[in-house]
Amino acid sequence: MSPEASAGLTRRDFVSDQAIRWCPGCGDYAILAQMQKVMPELGIQREKIVFISGIGCASRFPYYMNTYGFHTIHGRAPAVATGLKLARPDLSVWVVTGDGDALSIGGNHLIHTLRRNLDLKILLFNNRVYGLTKGQFSPTALRGMRTKSSPEGTVARPFHTLSLALGAEATFVARTVDTEIQHLQEMIRRMAAHKGTALLEIYQNCPVFNDGAFEDLKDRKIKSDHLLVLEQGQTLRYGAEQDRVIKLNPKHMCLFPGRADEDDEGVEVVHDERAVDPTLATLLARCEGPEFPTPIGVLRAIEEPTFEERSMAQVEAQRRRLGDGQLSELLFSGDRWDVDQ
Amino acid sequence: MQQASNSERGGNGSSPSPAVEELESVVIRFAGDSGDGIQLTGGEFTRAAALDGNDIATYPDYPAEIRAPAGSLAGVSGFQLQFASSKVFTAGDAPDVLVAMNPAALKTNLSALEPGGMLLVDEGAFKAKNLELAGYEQNPLEDGSLANYRVVSADFSKQVSAALQRSGLSTKEIQRTRNFFALGLLFWLYQRPVKPEIDSIRRRFGRRPEIADANVKVFEIGYQFGETTELFQARYHVSAAKLEEGHYRNVTGNEATALGIVAAGRLADRPVYYASYPITPASDILHHLAGMTRYGVTAFQAEDEIAAVTSAIGASFGGAIAVTGTSGPGFILKQEGIGLAVTTELPLVVINVQRAGPSTGMPTKPEQADLLQALHGRNGESPVAVIAPTTPVDCFDTMIEAVRLATQHMCPVMVLSDGALANGSEPWLLPAIEGLEPIRIEYRSDPEGFAPYLRDPDTLARPWALPGTSGLEHRIGGLEKEDVTGNVSYDPENHEHMVRMRQAKIDRIARRLPPAEVFGDEAGQLLLVGWGGTFGALREATRTLRSEGCAVSHLQLRYLNPLQSNVGEILSAFDQVLVAELNCGQLCSILRDRFLVDAKRLNKVRGQPLYIREIVEAARSLLPRGTVRELRV
Repeated sequence: MSPEASAGLTRRDFVSDQAIRWCPGCGDYAILAQMQKVMPELGIQREKIVFISGIGCASRFPYYMNTYGFHTIHGRAPAVATGLKLARPDLSVWVVTGDGDALSIGGNHLIHTLRRNLDLKILLFNNRVYGLTKGQFSPTALRGMRTKSSPEGTVARPFHTLSLALGAEATFVARTVDTEIQHLQEMIRRMAAHKGTALLEIYQNCPVFNDGAFEDLKDRKIKSDHLLVLEQGQTLRYGAEQDRVIKLNPKHMCLFPGRADEDDEGVEVVHDERAVDPTLATLLARCEGPEFPTPIGVLRAIEEPTFEERSMAQVEAQRRRLGDGQLSELLFSGDRWDVDQ
Repeated sequence: MQQASNSERGGNGSSPSPAVEELESVVIRFAGDSGDGIQLTGGEFTRAAALDGNDIATYPDYPAEIRAPAGSLAGVSGFQLQFASSKVFTAGDAPDVLVAMNPAALKTNLSALEPGGMLLVDEGAFKAKNLELAGYEQNPLEDGSLANYRVVSADFSKQVSAALQRSGLSTKEIQRTRNFFALGLLFWLYQRPVKPEIDSIRRRFGRRPEIADANVKVFEIGYQFGETTELFQARYHVSAAKLEEGHYRNVTGNEATALGIVAAGRLADRPVYYASYPITPASDILHHLAGMTRYGVTAFQAEDEIAAVTSAIGASFGGAIAVTGTSGPGFILKQEGIGLAVTTELPLVVINVQRAGPSTGMPTKPEQADLLQALHGRNGESPVAVIAPTTPVDCFDTMIEAVRLATQHMCPVMVLSDGALANGSEPWLLPAIEGLEPIRIEYRSDPEGFAPYLRDPDTLARPWALPGTSGLEHRIGGLEKEDVTGNVSYDPENHEHMVRMRQAKIDRIARRLPPAEVFGDEAGQLLLVGWGGTFGALREATRTLRSEGCAVSHLQLRYLNPLQSNVGEILSAFDQVLVAELNCGQLCSILRDRFLVDAKRLNKVRGQPLYIREIVEAARSLLPRGTVRELRV
């Protein structure tokens, strides 16, 4: 797509005429605003863009984008997007989903979509709770979370979304926070630029049912101690003075939080999002508070042919070998006999 | 029925050959272990009969287990075919000839064989272990229990061992050629040409020439065995049927379904998207289409049934001809997705190759118990079109019709096939491509006056507006929409309007359907009604009854929703109506409800097709005394 294609488009061109129905203070507003802001920069014709969602608060997103949109059914957005992309590789297809939608009822579609690597973009809004059904625990709810459906606290452990995505062989895995506006914009640009399935987990506050779930990552006074901003080719430094560091203990193949100037069993590692081996990315995906800072940024971005490219290559090879398919030739194939009177 | 019409055509010169009897039709059932190559043997014999110009119908009947323990009753696989010099409608109620490759095959199939029928057995397989596995205390070949049948017993196992002792093949590989001994023997018995079969074996086993050689050799000794043995009193001949002039091939229902999907794409000049998750007995459709990508088909094996249907909806949103195929347990999983297609008013074709249920049921056995599920198996008022192919060949036309209805009326169309149609085969008079009516699809392109739910005044269909079209950007979804604008709406009046609108849109399909046609007289004492794959049995039963002078007619419904507009009128012209189905009365309930007709039921839920005699008997019991001439048996 040439940049000229969307020349002249502004944020306003991506704002639909529908009144927004999210709760006041919901993190979804910020995400929508950043998306509408970044879209004109991407050089994609507006009519080529499709937002597909499942069910949940996040999944109302397509109604508010003045592009093509499809608000589908619970958990199935990645599957609908897969069919659309296979039928129409020319389109820019974005999936908007939530932690319940993508990781619970739609878990199977998510892992298989990641495994296939079609050129799809998946924004997973993670607020660790079911909002639209009024506050039950979700698959990312931290253990012990008390909700209407877990009055004594949840028993099971939560998914680490990005670890799951890496386990599903995702080629692009990233995370951001709804309030980190610049970072969020940058992550949207990065996933747009990735050729393949890109998963962006966005920690998003639900002010009604799980307010403050990500407070450590948002509080200006302390967030630098809790956010590890990943940069390609950089060590894993964080803290206001950048003196804290995530190190690798090579003997036990684990990460631990340390100090830059401390002599310990660990070594500093350099972040490489292009590493084909997902080990370090997986270790990072599992870092969480209170012991660890939360990594945000691109954990993995590797180049691989997409599913549609590989499929098209097969079709072309079949065409070269056997020619363009003619219906009459197909019907008349196999053992035939003629009846003459 | 194996009936000698006249006896002539002496032997072919070699003196020991017995006389040749001319027969009008023969039903053979091959039965043996799942690993015995029964389906292959049946298929090869079918091919030969077809190439010789017989009319044919086949019914493969096999277990769900791929290889149940050898010799066990659970592992018995069957293949029945009828071949004839006249038109045949089914694979036959009962075999004239039963080929039993082991005791288990005999045990499970003998009850089907009429007294006097021919029983061809491999006595080499009737050893102590196999007899015990089949639950025989004594060898039935020796205890006189088969006295009512014409038993032709030979030791296939020994014959093939002797013939292949220097082949270098293992004992197991040698024994696996036994089916070709049976095939060779039957080729001799029914005077089929040997050369094309040998070519076919060589083609089929081309990658393993040593196996091809062994199979050819065994096929030949089977044939020679017929020539030299004195076990047969006669050879038989079934002449070519007087079929309509043209080009023919043999086709199964699933194959015809796949070809119909490809043809629909070509007739519409649009890409086809087929998504499916492996399930018996629908997987063959996926297999066929997976090899047809150069014909403009994208065949996608999804991670589950739900992804198959929802990805098809995504493809449909993008403008493809979207089809998904499955069987009962997958169909129920697709229903939520189908509901989405109902409310977003997108074209979608869903094939359900029905099998015996509930739940996993009997995966390889046919049933018609998903009609009500197709009509009503979703939440909310969720009308869809439902059609059902009537024969394996009709699957081709039905798929074209399904795509035509779905795309012209912007709605989901359910296609109810079944396991017997899917795997059954018959000769197909190949259609002239240029004679097939194109499917006209128009995507909306003009932004002027566009609204996503602005309807065609005639069909009530909304426009098909594809992503990528400038100026038509819009959002659709599963929430109730305001008519015309498509905006989310909770307005009570709008909801009622939309519920009735979606129903009216489906009802209006009836306007473009051809009238239903009755076979026989348009009025009379009894109308036999069926739908889908029971066509052959009902048509043959009707012919039988009419030939006895009964005032019986037949109506086979291909359109289940909406019904053709003259169905009520047809029903009212008969004194009695008998609805025959492979379920507990689903269509019958619909007809009674819709037309207040006192229709009677004939229901069968045994995982088997309807048999002609069952229908004839049920019909006779309804006909007034004195109108039924007793059949001379």
